[in-house]
Amino acid sequence: MSTSKKWFLGLLPVVLLALMIVGLFSGIDRLIPRANIPLEEISFDRVWVVEGKILAKVTNTGADPVTIAQVTVNDAMWNADVSKSELGRFDQSDITIPFHWVEGEPYVVTLVTSTGAKFTGEIAAAMEVSQATPATFGLYALIGLFVGVIPVLLGMLWKPFVAKLGGKSYTFVLAVTIGLLIFLGVDSLNEAFELADQIPGAFQGVGIILLGGLGSFLILSAISSYTEARQGDPASYQAKLTVAYLVALGIGIHNLGEGLAIGAAFTLGNVAMGAFLIMGFTLHNITEGLAIVAPVAREKTKGSNLFIHLLILGAMGGVPAILGTWIGGFVYSPIWSLIFLSIGAGAIFQVVIQVFRLERSESNRATFLTPVGVAGLLTGIVVMYITALFVTV
Amino acid sequence: MNKDKQNGSDETFSSFFSRRKFLKAGIGGALGIAGMATWLFPKWIRGEDHMADASNPHDHSNHGGSGMDQVHSMNKKASANAYQSAQQALTTFDYGKVSKLPDGRTLREYTMLAQDNEIEVAPGVFYPAWTYNGTAPGPTIRATEGDLLRIKFDNGSAHPHTIHFHGIHPGNMDGSFEIVQPGKSFTYEFTAEPFGLHLYHCHSMPLKKHIEKGLYGAFIIDPKEPRKKMKELVMVMNAFDTDFDGENEFYTVNGLANAFLDHPIQLKVGEEVRIYLVNVTEFDLINSFHLHGNMFKLYRTGTSLTHYEITDTVMLCQGERSVLEFSYKFPGKYMFHAHQSEFAELGWMGLFEVTE
Repeated sequence: MSTSKKWFLGLLPVVLLALMIVGLFSGIDRLIPRANIPLEEISFDRVWVVEGKILAKVTNTGADPVTIAQVTVNDAMWNADVSKSELGRFDQSDITIPFHWVEGEPYVVTLVTSTGAKFTGEIAAAMEVSQATPATFGLYALIGLFVGVIPVLLGMLWKPFVAKLGGKSYTFVLAVTIGLLIFLGVDSLNEAFELADQIPGAFQGVGIILLGGLGSFLILSAISSYTEARQGDPASYQAKLTVAYLVALGIGIHNLGEGLAIGAAFTLGNVAMGAFLIMGFTLHNITEGLAIVAPVAREKTKGSNLFIHLLILGAMGGVPAILGTWIGGFVYSPIWSLIFLSIGAGAIFQVVIQVFRLERSESNRATFLTPVGVAGLLTGIVVMYITALFVTV
Repeated sequence: MNKDKQNGSDETFSSFFSRRKFLKAGIGGALGIAGMATWLFPKWIRGEDHMADASNPHDHSNHGGSGMDQVHSMNKKASANAYQSAQQALTTFDYGKVSKLPDGRTLREYTMLAQDNEIEVAPGVFYPAWTYNGTAPGPTIRATEGDLLRIKFDNGSAHPHTIHFHGIHPGNMDGSFEIVQPGKSFTYEFTAEPFGLHLYHCHSMPLKKHIEKGLYGAFIIDPKEPRKKMKELVMVMNAFDTDFDGENEFYTVNGLANAFLDHPIQLKVGEEVRIYLVNVTEFDLINSFHLHGNMFKLYRTGTSLTHYEITDTVMLCQGERSVLEFSYKFPGKYMFHAHQSEFAELGWMGLFEVTE
């Protein structure tokens, strides 16, 4: 087959499709009447209060343009500053409502469009949110430090202990790591699906999960087979270090997602639950440090650059939590949470496969399906289950 | 205000672990999360609610604040057309085409056209109304007791309608059973009685839909010996369910939310005013009228020339109406509104501006 013929056959359906679309919008569309009912939909991205004001950020997530005509607060027409009242699809608007709100009381902000449709955003209990100041940046960094960096580094201190373990004990530790990671992955995925249900349909939450989750899984898989092909021996120092980096990357993205949610919680003025919740996360995330360090636990730090690598690994795993609290605290949107949760889930599942292959290369057989391996795996899940109790009620 | 904000965040930082903040945030914050959460947060964060329930909800403080908010004011004004329509309903009376019958009685002939018409019911909010002569409320029909009324009704709407007048008339002129199909006509003919303030509305089924859509208006029958000459105003209390969920979004007099708040009605000190007040509000059981800084003489249904009481608030069921008479002793701005605060804040509020 000649090249031109190949291209012709390849492009033919595309050209015909283009012709069909042109035809559809230049006459045929008149044969297919569109219901004369506006499909309006305004989603509240966020509603919050500051001193003397109720604020809201909204998006037109419907199929048609909308015009915001009136704003009511708790069923009373109210003066409001609307940054943009005529919204095209996916246009955003900021609503600023001067209001003497009462702390702890619920508020319902309703937008009435020019066609009389109503869309409502709720504040279950009004609480002042913190503004982006150096002080709050510092506070959020501190939270991120406690939630991400400290537990990861603490967990990595198990390295010398794990290094002393031989044979079955080491298999056990790696199996525990896999158990931890599976728990984290399933948990992220579950959260992602819950979130996907709640965001406006136009954002296609499940599509984001598929793209983010499967995308990160496949991209990391491609990276690791590329590096493996170059490094040859899967049991080499370089290969193990690569696995550790992949684990750190996966956990880092997961912690970013976690940080987002925590930052957003604090933004709502929920400072009180902080100390208790932070303790829970520290406990929960200490296991992540173990997961990062396990692949390279037996490598010597002396005479190599491993120590520096360990610091970088720790930072990769933990620091994103700080970034997450900042993003979550000041520019939170559930869409971002969903994106990072999905990417994190994909990355973690990829890492599970990496650790699995690492162990097999060490012993030349699949030892995870031995009693020791299974015990380790279940132990990992149980540990996560128990530490998760501190952050769940 | 910036100063306040600054203080707020500093406090957040410095009292991060303080007991007071713990309680305070425990209540509001965690509840806040429970609410917003539904789409902001993963479950493990939401889990905090239960802890919050246990804490003590005592730290409620009133946020004083900007002082810049003009309560009850709206962010934009209605179109001139919408206001004109409300104003027209306030001060315009349709006396019909007047002629004398051979027996000396007065004949008044009116024409009414049912029309589907989009009207502005609150600034920027448009409602697909069913109207008599293009507006909701329709024209105020006015006659004198004993006149013969001939009302030609043309149905230009896409739906079957009637006109049902309150008052005394034969059963076949009642507009209940003689349904007028789209494109058809019907002429109602009866003698105007008794004197008083009445109303008319469509009586096609489903009745609720035909009334809430805007098919109503005031119907005044003057006594043969006219009432004292005064400045006369018609106020038809109605409401609109703009999203069709069986509850009203906006409450108005004469069809436009806050029409007379944005354009106060001008009066003079001592000027005598008579209001013909009709309630046709659908869905809500009652509506009311409350006058600031004054009392009015209340003539229930306007069927007696002796007032029923002197008051500043009157409550009316759907279909009830009253004539109110008053004059202002002092100059100033005086509100009038429904004394259901909810209705008042959803558009049923106006102002008299009284000058010397």
